Amino acid sequence: MTALPRAEQLGLIGCTVCGLVSRAPDFDDAGCSRCGSALRRRKTASLSRTWALLIAAFIAYVPANVLPIMRTASLGDIDDNTILSGVLELWNKDSQALAVIVFSASIVVPMLKFFALLVLLICVHRRSHWAQPQRAKLYRLIELIGHWSMLDVFVVALLTALVRFNLLSSVEPLPGVIFFGLTVVLTMFASLSFDPRLTWDDEEPHD
Amino acid sequence: MALSSRLVICDDCDTVYRMPVLGRGEVARCARCGAVLARYHRFGLDALAALVLAALLLFIQGNIWPVVTLALNGQQNSTTLWGMILIMWQDHSQVVSVITAVTLFFFPLFNMLTLGWLLFFGRQGRQAPGFRTLMLAMHYLGPWTMSEVFVLGALVAMVKAKAYFEVLPDAGIYAYAALTLFITLFAGIDLRRLWDIVPGRRT
Repeated sequence: MTALPRAEQLGLIGCTVCGLVSRAPDFDDAGCSRCGSALRRRKTASLSRTWALLIAAFIAYVPANVLPIMRTASLGDIDDNTILSGVLELWNKDSQALAVIVFSASIVVPMLKFFALLVLLICVHRRSHWAQPQRAKLYRLIELIGHWSMLDVFVVALLTALVRFNLLSSVEPLPGVIFFGLTVVLTMFASLSFDPRLTWDDEEPHD
Repeated sequence: MALSSRLVICDDCDTVYRMPVLGRGEVARCARCGAVLARYHRFGLDALAALVLAALLLFIQGNIWPVVTLALNGQQNSTTLWGMILIMWQDHSQVVSVITAVTLFFFPLFNMLTLGWLLFFGRQGRQAPGFRTLMLAMHYLGPWTMSEVFVLGALVAMVKAKAYFEVLPDAGIYAYAALTLFITLFAGIDLRRLWDIVPGRRT
């Protein structure tokens, strides 16, 4: 691939923060001369950090779905809602469009993120050449949509505040919503610690 | 150590290119992985500064006007954003209250003020005081700006709250909806061009 030289082949290094191109330093801990950020060929311990965060996120994802995220009480009628039952409720109350949005943000996006990061990680470990451009696109996609999963956390927060005004009923957040928020934050950290450049590295994975 | 600024390295795959000269509406993409390398700057620094100012005005409106009116038992209750945050705090939902305040108030405010500050000096071809620290802060905070998600969350919450009483959107929420569009626009701005400002030369 002489037509598309990579930074390492030319002895160059790009700053991921400010974009400045420098000559690759021959010592560790060098800083970018413009913004002072550490110049690293690849993100530090990218694979093990991403794995750790991904597994932690998955562990938190179980209680996030099993435990109720909020309790609604109206005239002594207590009802605990999970993420899925919240979506079903919206669907049954003729808010199908919103139900689809919440379903996408709370269920499809986290699942897609788990799946995508898993594929990216495994392919890097296998030094696979399979579907490299598609894997690059997949990474950019999860970077773009990842934070939309926070939707349900915000819904519970706002609903709690709104329903306070009605003395006869109340909505309170339950632990499930904390686990769900944790899942989203952990998957965001996981995708931030994954280094997409590893997808194109043929040699030993940098771990 | 720094080389000619005419080189650009793809963030996603480490391929080196010579920075192309882009015409109106053109986007340079990496030939290896398809990532965007550079875009034609549709907005000059002056135009960006104007956008930040407009966003700040919307932010003020969104915060002083009530966001929703609740109608129950023939009574009408309006609440502002901070009214909501305080109610949640007093009602033992401190975690949720802090998340709300940070996402919808402190993050966007910090973002706009910083961007405005950097652009104010950038327009004069100067680096603002604290330039490096602020640019780094913007870089690392970027992925955590979730105001647009929050506004959609507000819409869903209002629909769900209809099970209990009538909820009417107020002016504040429309201001926030408009602000969301601005914030999405800011997210697409390549802040890196500010790094390229050489003191004393207008870009």
